Amino acid sequence: MATATAEPTALGRGSMTPLPYRVVRTRRENHDNWTLELEPVGEAIEPIGPGQFDMLYAFGVGEVPISTSGDPELDGRLVHTIRAVGAVTKALCAAKRGDVVGVRGPFGNRWPLAEARGLDLVLVGGGVGLPPLRPVLYNALAHRADFGRLVLLYGGRTPRDLLFARELERWRGRLDLSVHVTVDAASSDWHGRVGVVTTLIPGARFDPAEAVAFVVGPEIMMRFTARALLDRGIAPERIWISMERTMRCGVGLCGHCQLGPTLICRDGPVYRWDEIAHLLEVHEL
Amino acid sequence: MRTLDALITESPVFEGLPPEQLELIAGCASNVVFGEGDRLFREGDPADVFFLVRHGLVALDAYVPNRGQVTVETVGAGEVVGWSWLVPPYRWHFTGRAVEPVRAVQFDAVCLRGKCDDDAELCRNLLKRFSQVLVGRLQATRLQLMDVYGDSNR
Amino acid sequence: MAETLAAAELDSLFDALRRRGYRIVGPALVDGAIVHSELTSAADLPAGWTDVQAPGSYRVARRDDEALFGYAAGPQSWKSELLPPRVRLWQARRENGGLAVEEEPVESEPTAFLGVRPCELAAIAIQDTVFLEGRFQDRDYAARRADVFLVAVDCGAPSDLCFCTALRTGPGATEGFDLALTELLEGEHRFLVRAGSPAGEAVLAELPLRAAAREDVDAAGLVVAVAAREMGGRFDASGVHDLLLRNLESRVWDDVAERCLTCGNCTLVCPTCFCTHVEDTSSLDGETAGRERVWDTCFSVRYAEMHGGNTRPTPRARYRQWLTHKLATWEDQFGTPGCVGCGRCIAWCPVGIDIRAEVAALRAEEEAHAHA
Repeated sequence: MATATAEPTALGRGSMTPLPYRVVRTRRENHDNWTLELEPVGEAIEPIGPGQFDMLYAFGVGEVPISTSGDPELDGRLVHTIRAVGAVTKALCAAKRGDVVGVRGPFGNRWPLAEARGLDLVLVGGGVGLPPLRPVLYNALAHRADFGRLVLLYGGRTPRDLLFARELERWRGRLDLSVHVTVDAASSDWHGRVGVVTTLIPGARFDPAEAVAFVVGPEIMMRFTARALLDRGIAPERIWISMERTMRCGVGLCGHCQLGPTLICRDGPVYRWDEIAHLLEVHEL
Repeated sequence: MRTLDALITESPVFEGLPPEQLELIAGCASNVVFGEGDRLFREGDPADVFFLVRHGLVALDAYVPNRGQVTVETVGAGEVVGWSWLVPPYRWHFTGRAVEPVRAVQFDAVCLRGKCDDDAELCRNLLKRFSQVLVGRLQATRLQLMDVYGDSNR
Repeated sequence: MAETLAAAELDSLFDALRRRGYRIVGPALVDGAIVHSELTSAADLPAGWTDVQAPGSYRVARRDDEALFGYAAGPQSWKSELLPPRVRLWQARRENGGLAVEEEPVESEPTAFLGVRPCELAAIAIQDTVFLEGRFQDRDYAARRADVFLVAVDCGAPSDLCFCTALRTGPGATEGFDLALTELLEGEHRFLVRAGSPAGEAVLAELPLRAAAREDVDAAGLVVAVAAREMGGRFDASGVHDLLLRNLESRVWDDVAERCLTCGNCTLVCPTCFCTHVEDTSSLDGETAGRERVWDTCFSVRYAEMHGGNTRPTPRARYRQWLTHKLATWEDQFGTPGCVGCGRCIAWCPVGIDIRAEVAALRAEEEAHAHA
């Protein structure tokens, strides 16, 4: 499979051993999402790239794979936005400044930003799919001249579920980036759009013939979005998605994250649409 | 100021229609403006009009006891608001509200239904285009129904 | 140059290995099965025993000779040694407001595996690819594997379930061993021996070997040839990768699902199955925590559990996952086949599901549809 590759990492210690990282900042993004900023206590992991993930360990509770959601050029500091849905994520979200968590990583491959150079870049995030795209946006804004139009389409469940509200407002204010937000359901005091994120695609300003799209969200949202992007005229080799499956080791040794012929922790999580689409059509693969 | 014909073709629903048919449709149309918060139509009222939004955002609301006024969907520039005029009993199922100032083309449904009765070709064209848009809207609504961003314990 | 070792002198091999600090693990008859145990001498070997296997059935039976390796394959494979079912990876302590993680030293002794079947050599090579040749290595496996001395024994008594020839993993050992033996039973009970590595050569140099005669070499060739012939036509492996992937929605999967108990026996006995999961634990006072790597099975209903649900909730999906992984997608993931044709999964399946028959059924079903 043609996938964006990550640099090989030489781990002196065992690949299953976490490194201690201290929480230097926490921010509550909404009712069930927190962003943790971490710095290494001692040894650091290799620099993490947009699209990649770390296995975050809550002492005595367990480990979960979380994508990086921060600025890739922020030296040494790890940024992860986590949704509190289970025991481990709840423990991580409850961490205070000064607490220490374990980190293994970086694992997986990166968003192929090189593929988008000189083209319009369309980012479509659904729900908690926005955090893994944020590093891409930071990178694109930092190297703005490398890209054509920049478009961010974001769909959330309801207004209270939206992430990065303050940043969204700042981004909205920029002239070199177009941002469109919608929610699936709202009360009438929401003054924005209501409808699924795919409804933002027909009206978004980009040239389908000269565009690359990165899509993240629940699998069904990514399928519908890919279809809408294809309908709009973006080539299937220019649509990239981020896949998710059960993960235990994150290093290709436990078998859990396999989806047909691919290991998501090793060959993904970023995949080109035309190479993965057929696997998504098989139920319970 | 541009003619109504020209304004109507801004929407994919009417784009590419032969000029005679556009003229017929424009004959049932007029420009309207709504301020933020204005009501375009009310749930239960006769659906004698529909709208092509040119600028702004229209919310489709429903009143749900215990939940209050819920917005089911918003419709923006280039999109049509209102389908109830197509099928009996020709009554609105939701309340339309301008989320921001709205400029739209309002179509007199009684007038258009009348012209459709007289002109089978016009009717056929309109129904074909409206079904296409409706299908797209239905797919989107179904995805919305699936509530894919929901809790993990669903 | 070929050489032979009298069966009566087999203890010299034990001595030579022990002198080098190896503990010796090999077959022994225990509780009605031939299983891998720690051996002290050649007297511990299952002399005169063979196995009789059928779908869902395994029995030992007496031979009419005193063959030391006259069986096919027991329920375990060398996986239990190289990838133990439960291994502690590390322990952690809360310390000075921080986290101190201490990797667990790998508890292994140098071990000689005596009696490795060619299919098992292939299985070890396959697991080597998974654990040692990826971007990340398994530290525990690597340490254990480095300390292993492999003594292969060619297969002379395949069971009815063996199909190594179809997958080209036997019945003769060709590579990947330190020493290889072929048991010769006609005339003097002896072994044709050959070295496969410098370590093997060094051990051979200490044994009371005799130069092999023409008949010895021919006899050894015959053992392997006869075994191969016995297994002929048992399994059609041609195009099996594509066959499986073309038929992911076949009715055959529903048929199997009605029989499969998802007990996972097949994954336990399979010499290549390697799935594990991690168990994170902590002490009652919350001061220490640990992580263990534990065998897992894709048949477990929780295997594909994630927040938000389960991507393989049905037995049909889980059986399909196992078999398509074993015979098809393993190759895409690791570049080697996943199955070695040892037949264990067939013997140890409580309901006797035979993967050879299932593949044949997929072929037949596809044919039937093509002509429908």
